[in-house]
Amino acid sequence: MKDWRYWLAEQRGTLLALAIFIVMFAIYTANHPAGFTANVVQTASNKGVLLAFVAMAQTLVVITAGIDLSVGMIFTLTNCLASWLVIGTGLETAFGVVAVLGTGLLCGAINGAIVIYGRLQPIVATIATGAVYFGIALLLRPFPGGSVNEDLADALTGRLFGVVPASLVALFAVVLIVWVPFSRSVLGRAAYAAGSSETAAYMSGVPIRRGKFAAYALAGLLAAIGGLFLTFFTYTGDAAYASGNAYTLFSIAAVVLGGVSLFGGKGSAIGAIFGALAFRTIGDLLFVFDFDPLWQPLFQGVILLIAVSLGAFALFRVRNRLEWFL
Amino acid sequence: MSETTIGGIAGRMPKFIRRADPAVVTAFACIVLLLFLGSLYSRSFLSPEYLLQQLKVASFLGVIATGMMLVILLGQIDLSVPWSVAVGAMMAAAAAAYGPVGAALAIPFGICCGIMIGIVNGIGVAYLRIPSMIVTLATNAVAQGLMVVYTGGFSPQDSATGAMRYLATGFAIPGVPNAVIIWAVIGAAMVFVLTRTGFGRSVYGIGNRERAAYLSGIDTRRVVMIAFAVSGGLSAFGGVLLAGYASKAAQSMGDAYLLPSIAAVVLGGTSILGGRGSYLGTVAGVILITLLQSILSVMQMPEAGRQIIYGVVIVAMLLLYGRAPASR
Repeated sequence: MKDWRYWLAEQRGTLLALAIFIVMFAIYTANHPAGFTANVVQTASNKGVLLAFVAMAQTLVVITAGIDLSVGMIFTLTNCLASWLVIGTGLETAFGVVAVLGTGLLCGAINGAIVIYGRLQPIVATIATGAVYFGIALLLRPFPGGSVNEDLADALTGRLFGVVPASLVALFAVVLIVWVPFSRSVLGRAAYAAGSSETAAYMSGVPIRRGKFAAYALAGLLAAIGGLFLTFFTYTGDAAYASGNAYTLFSIAAVVLGGVSLFGGKGSAIGAIFGALAFRTIGDLLFVFDFDPLWQPLFQGVILLIAVSLGAFALFRVRNRLEWFL
Repeated sequence: MSETTIGGIAGRMPKFIRRADPAVVTAFACIVLLLFLGSLYSRSFLSPEYLLQQLKVASFLGVIATGMMLVILLGQIDLSVPWSVAVGAMMAAAAAAYGPVGAALAIPFGICCGIMIGIVNGIGVAYLRIPSMIVTLATNAVAQGLMVVYTGGFSPQDSATGAMRYLATGFAIPGVPNAVIIWAVIGAAMVFVLTRTGFGRSVYGIGNRERAAYLSGIDTRRVVMIAFAVSGGLSAFGGVLLAGYASKAAQSMGDAYLLPSIAAVVLGGTSILGGRGSYLGTVAGVILITLLQSILSVMQMPEAGRQIIYGVVIVAMLLLYGRAPASR
């Protein structure tokens, strides 16, 4: 086979997610009363990138065949923290941003330490740490409130040169700074290898522990970037249990839509980003078709159920029935 | 059967010690420790009224955790508990609004709705082979969506029927709350099913290695499906009891039961990977969690502190005895 065929096979999930997103977004803008204008794109991208960051975070962990059910809570916690710290003069704001990102990294590292060195199951461990992170968020913001450096917020949520949404540029920058180096480094390869077959990776001397730890820690960092952006959009911090939970749930949906295998070792954060954008667009489709907003949770749930059921098509390719049981 | 209890320690020790699961012993020890710490704080912690009240509160969690345990024994997980609970409660209360016939059918109707959710989960996990964590999250979202559409986004106005209230708060035997009796009956049935029936053996078998169970001639997919249906039904029944206790259903009444039910099962020594665990451990886990919550609320700990302590205790206890073997 030629090289490009390998590349195509590897990127099939990502390309499918991109295609779904383009189709959905075309339907969305075609029926939007304002049409395809810079304003519509800006609003859509501002809503989309929040989920995209959290979905990237989830991807890193899912690649190692784990799952992080605390991403939504890290997102909420960093949102509350940012509403205290990211304010004041330029230096203070910069310090606040670093502190918020550091907190996210620390939360992710704690998850990683418990799962990898404590050898607990990721599901239970991250549900428990999620409760802790939410508790801390509630301590920081018992009631919604706080504020943020509005110059920075407006710069990052506005438009560059009047056309390009700044949040999309930020998302692109994060991909270049975090995801690309990670996925090409030894640690990133180790994370993929650990998710694909931990035993084989261990036997081959791949640093699986460090790779998985890096994945969990970076997931915390990405969730914190999401939390930071939430603060930039809303100007407040809010420890909302329902919203944190929803982001965790939607991040899994986005990861599945983005072609990342939940059994680990397959997929990319780029796919998850398109999955997230597509999921958001599908949710917003209801508004342009003038449905009652009450139907939105049901609609999103059904889309989610259908999206995960699509994975069942792989069953048709199974030749030996024993392969049903992993 | 009981001679071959799983996880038996090498044996020169007396039989009852040899057969005891260290996790269950630790969980019971923690209960005693909590009661001791509580009694230092206030004498009333050891009064029979307080203990009975705790047992009653624990029985709601106990009913829900029973279903969760069955699913976890299979090596799966049911994350649709929050809205299964809410659906059970809301649908039972909704049926109650349709006159005397509705009131009579309220409880079975609520449970049936929960079983429906469980069956969707079961089809997804057993026949479509979707990871249970994902499909149950999705059905949870669908159930939430259905309820939001049904109630219009507000808490429903229907109230619980007399029968529901009686089940949750009444006293059929003087001194023993009905809820505790219900939990005891469901628990006894579960112990019987798990240890004395082919279905129970299949559940442990599938939890250990589904391939092997399949090759031994067990219809593994049917067993998985039934287990999820039972879990959904028991969650909904827990919701019915809760609605009877509070005398009405509420939107997010189930949210507070997902983490505790998983934690109770896992703290009771049931392996989250499936195939290992006893119902006695789950009972210990449920009582432990309820006591912990109660003590924190008696000490007037705010919600934030409760969440933090809760998460830390679960992680700490799992680190004590829930660790996977090192990969070598």
